[in-house]
Amino acid sequence: MSEESALARQLVSEIGAVTARIGRPVRLMEVCGTHTVELRKQGIHSLLPPEVVLVSGPGCPVCVTPSGYIDNAMKLVSEGRAVVATFGDLMKVPGASGRTLASLSGTGRVKMVYSPRELVEAARSSALPVVFLAVGFETTVPTILSSLMDAREQGLRNLLLYTAFKTVPPALRFLLSDPSHGIDGFILPGHVSVIIGSDAYAFLEEDGGRPGVITGFDGMDMLVGVLALLRLIQAGQRKVRNAYPRAVTREGNARALELMARTLAPRSETWRGLGAIPGAALGLQDWLADADAQLVLGIPPAEDREAPGCLCSRVIAGVSLPPQCGLFGKRCTPDDPVGPCMVSSEGTCAAWFRYGASR
Amino acid sequence: MREPEKSPVNQAAAIRLEHGSGGAMSRELVENAIFPLFRSDAFPELLDAGALEAGSDLLLTTDGYVVDPPFFPGADIGKLAVYGTCNDLSVSGARPTCLSLALIIEEGFPMEDLRRAMTSAAEAVREVGAKVVTGDTKVVPRGKGGGLFITSTGVGRRMFSYPLSPRAIQAGDGLIISGPVGAHGLTVLAARESLPVGGSLRSDAANLYPAVSSLFPLGSSLRFMRDATRGGVSAVLNEIVQGSRMGIIVEDEAIPVSDDVRTVCGLLGLSPLEIANEGVFVAVVAAGAESQALAALHAQPLGRDARLVGRVSADCPGRVLATTRVGGTRVVDFPRGLLLPRIC
Amino acid sequence: MKIEQILDRRRAVVSEGGVRVEVDVSLLADPRPGDHVIVHAGYAIETLSLEDAEERLELFRKLAELSGEPGGTG
Repeated sequence: MSEESALARQLVSEIGAVTARIGRPVRLMEVCGTHTVELRKQGIHSLLPPEVVLVSGPGCPVCVTPSGYIDNAMKLVSEGRAVVATFGDLMKVPGASGRTLASLSGTGRVKMVYSPRELVEAARSSALPVVFLAVGFETTVPTILSSLMDAREQGLRNLLLYTAFKTVPPALRFLLSDPSHGIDGFILPGHVSVIIGSDAYAFLEEDGGRPGVITGFDGMDMLVGVLALLRLIQAGQRKVRNAYPRAVTREGNARALELMARTLAPRSETWRGLGAIPGAALGLQDWLADADAQLVLGIPPAEDREAPGCLCSRVIAGVSLPPQCGLFGKRCTPDDPVGPCMVSSEGTCAAWFRYGASR
Repeated sequence: MREPEKSPVNQAAAIRLEHGSGGAMSRELVENAIFPLFRSDAFPELLDAGALEAGSDLLLTTDGYVVDPPFFPGADIGKLAVYGTCNDLSVSGARPTCLSLALIIEEGFPMEDLRRAMTSAAEAVREVGAKVVTGDTKVVPRGKGGGLFITSTGVGRRMFSYPLSPRAIQAGDGLIISGPVGAHGLTVLAARESLPVGGSLRSDAANLYPAVSSLFPLGSSLRFMRDATRGGVSAVLNEIVQGSRMGIIVEDEAIPVSDDVRTVCGLLGLSPLEIANEGVFVAVVAAGAESQALAALHAQPLGRDARLVGRVSADCPGRVLATTRVGGTRVVDFPRGLLLPRIC
Repeated sequence: MKIEQILDRRRAVVSEGGVRVEVDVSLLADPRPGDHVIVHAGYAIETLSLEDAEERLELFRKLAELSGEPGGTG
């Protein structure tokens, strides 16, 4: 057995020991879509004692975007008013009608990108405005803004952002403001934390807060993160720890934060299933009004409507588990998804379905 | 066993791209909408090839090729049309002897590209040691085709007399993958999307007969083989145990993947196990025969990186599980959703 | 991924596993060839402070120690 797998066993054993000392069930919430997937993919769920319940928080940016956003985007395409550019996942999320952006590919006005870097060329080669579906948390936000600035520096003014940027710390505060939240600790996101820094979670150490451990993404990182969190819970310590120090600093990425501060301002938007969370979204500042698709193209507010029977809003809030949704695995599968939790590669339902509720 | 008429595919109003991905929906389409119409004593289960006549030593197989783009690093549609069909015969225990090629060409397809594809196919046929004995050509109007589509049908002579079937597998049998996975599908995707991944990716399309036939001396210890095309190794493993009392457990760390494929998969969020190959096959061998099988494969140019990756187990009937690097367990599902279309 | 070459203030070539890709490094304070970086959506978002594999294992060993008892592989 390699040293690493021997260590993994020791970590699992210690997790068992600490859980036994805690002596009651614990609910740990992970708030990063990548963690939702990697925890399952690395089989971490199968290694944890049954008393440790991992709940997915609202960490999948596609999942927390209201369904009306997709409808608005599709309308832009079908009305011929813009070319809509987007990351892959959003192509496949059904709108209220059940149709997807992918179904409009034949118009030639839907463009899938792997990186915001491709937007500059897209804008350059389009006579129509190019509207990027700017969905993401703090990891992705600066990359999108960087591309927008690049385009504008090159004199391209037809690149617009239809923003649905969300931020993690206000969402955590919001979750904690509900006295029945039942969360004992947070597995904090790895790459969002790279950008915002570990100091951004200081509020978790105040009254009403909960311990949190910033965690990386490989199997060992996640075992270490869970163990560190369980130890804090066992010791009754309401602290934030960084278990991903090779990538996360206290201050975060100064250039990314400066770019965001210069271009964006906090505002309140609807998080699918959670309602409007104060200050948990980011919108373009006034001086960038001509890059704001909602203003330039008069896009109405996005309605938040669930398909009948869809439990995504409760899954996103960490209140329900996927198998509790009547559609899960029956009417709603990765082949034929109803809600975003099943469409998105980082969605909770997709992760459960694909990698198995092995526990 | 679910009744075919009640299967989702028979409730669907129209074919979707996902039906062609080689994943769960493809399987459902064939199993529930098409196979029931043709099932017979001569065709009792879905295997890669079938006998020409009861008791005949001649096996027949057919395959359609719609890969987009038609030319990519390492291979092209002409090569695929030959190797792919011949590989189906090989993993069925037959040496390919002759092929037919039916072309459906879209108006406007460059003549030079047609010549290139056909020259490539001819080279591949010579390399396999088979012959093209007949063919057909149709042209469809611009916009009604996909550039060039090829259907190739192949006949081979059975050289391995033991049954090769998923039903032959037993608990404890070893699972071998013949080489590194994921290269072909990723290469085609990179070529189609013009992904700037610095050109190291190459399709692994190749004639598998020498490597496959090196396992024939195993006799009845060789239970089943299949080439891992659309849907990758993941689809093959699930096909083997679906509906079975047996399951499969593999080890993530044992799966052979080359560094460049691993890196690009990481960048794109794809899993190497779900990506199409054109020069890799899976073999199930009896417990105790693994060393002999690996030794035989390692002596072959295409089998140098063959690995024992898992076992057949009675503990997880109908399912494929993977043991992860840190000792956890996850389910390896049939690939789902829209994978990479027009990959082979 | 490792920075192989800086092309200009925005662009650099990074490599891993024999694959070379171009990424945007303008979010990094001081990108240099040889740096290991985290890449997200085509942008380098942070330089990794290179822990040796050995250092990382040491960290894990410490964390695996049962409280009050020596841990590690002995």
